[in-house]
Amino acid sequence: MGGALNANHLLFLAHGATWTIGLSLIALIGGGLVGFLVALARISPSRAVRLASGLYVQLVQGTPLLVILFLGYFGLAAIGLGLSPLAAAGASLTIYVAAYLGEIWRGSIESVPKPQWEAAEGQGLTRAQRMVKVILPQAVRIATPPTVGFAVSIIKSTSLASVVGFVELTRSGQIINNSLFEPFLVYAIIAAIYFALCYPLSRFSQGLERRMARGRAQLAGA
Amino acid sequence: MTGPDVPHAPVVSLRDVEKSFGPLKVLDGVSFAVERGQVLALIGRSGSGKSTALRCIDRFEKVDRGEILVCGRRVDDPNVDLRALRQDVGIVFQSYNLFPHLTVEQNIMLGPRAVKGASRSEARALAADVLAQVGLSDKAQAYPEQLSGGQQQRGAIARSLAMKPKVMLFDEVTSALDPELTGEVLKVIEGLAAGGMTMVTVTHEMAFARGVADRIVFMHRGKVHETGSAAILASPQTAELAQFVGTGL
Repeated sequence: MGGALNANHLLFLAHGATWTIGLSLIALIGGGLVGFLVALARISPSRAVRLASGLYVQLVQGTPLLVILFLGYFGLAAIGLGLSPLAAAGASLTIYVAAYLGEIWRGSIESVPKPQWEAAEGQGLTRAQRMVKVILPQAVRIATPPTVGFAVSIIKSTSLASVVGFVELTRSGQIINNSLFEPFLVYAIIAAIYFALCYPLSRFSQGLERRMARGRAQLAGA
Repeated sequence: MTGPDVPHAPVVSLRDVEKSFGPLKVLDGVSFAVERGQVLALIGRSGSGKSTALRCIDRFEKVDRGEILVCGRRVDDPNVDLRALRQDVGIVFQSYNLFPHLTVEQNIMLGPRAVKGASRSEARALAADVLAQVGLSDKAQAYPEQLSGGQQQRGAIARSLAMKPKVMLFDEVTSALDPELTGEVLKVIEGLAAGGMTMVTVTHEMAFARGVADRIVFMHRGKVHETGSAAILASPQTAELAQFVGTGL
């Protein structure tokens, strides 16, 4: 590379962008699966399970994502558990996302009114049936806007994975800039790509919130 | 696993039931019984313990002391089979709590399908039956938010009835309704009484208690203060009941 910005640079950036998307998907799917278990553990009837999951959430929420990434890549390598940049970034983001989604979803589950639980219990449903057939369908509605909002912030947070040598969008921009020395141009293009990835999700989230606000208004007017 | 069906054995009986919330003793030696086909009205001021007593019957609250028998089953036993208990007992609460994400029909079908293993068509037929019983046949496909408060309560009653309970508990089911809607819900409950359903109702509706209840239990400060037929409302023996009836609360 070198010289002026050309199609090869843009291809390289596009390649980086696909890894940003890929890492975001790994983080959100992995973190979503673990986060769902965290949410259930946080409201478990067992005190020990509640405490353990609460501790996990507190620890992760009290630690910068950057430090979790350092631990996952350099820290584990130092104790003989070397992971590839992709595995380290994927695992670190999963751990991070799980704590936040777990809390968002716990809050959503708990904000389903208590009489709904009691009505389901009064019908003789088991705890699992109450959860799956009565509580979760209502909690999903409550959880969707904050979940989408958090997903947007995760897409941007994957840029931190560049520090462990993972070549996603930000890192590919740095590499190009090292040869072009056009930081304003290069980073403006990168900013535009992040925006293009995040904006549709943000719009989707706003649309959902508007739809739900309408639903509530109908409810209040009924 | 119901107990032996001894004739005249009460469907529900409480004996010396005690229950505290922290330092507050809400039930202080409560005893009463409901025979098959009887309607018992639990009345009393707010905070007298009547709702707690009702909730203890369906094990939504655990008692500290005393004995509760429902259809021959010891509810105070920590190992009571809750699923079986809740199939024998239907309960309707003050707050409207049909499941908002399901239609009225789906609300009703859920219990029979999930708990009793009924087929879709069996559950649908059952839903049609109970909806007719509460006069809500035309609302089967409606969502709860499209119904009035009175219709929602009738839907909740239908949902309980679909489990074919041996006794129904009503916890101030009309307290959140205006007089007109209260009337339509009470009419449904009167219909159930006429059909021989065993019921325990916590109510503030004195006209309903007078007209429908076979037995009145007046609670005051966690104790059964006065009990008897509806006649006790006309000639209270204690100052507390006299005052309670007098204020029309």
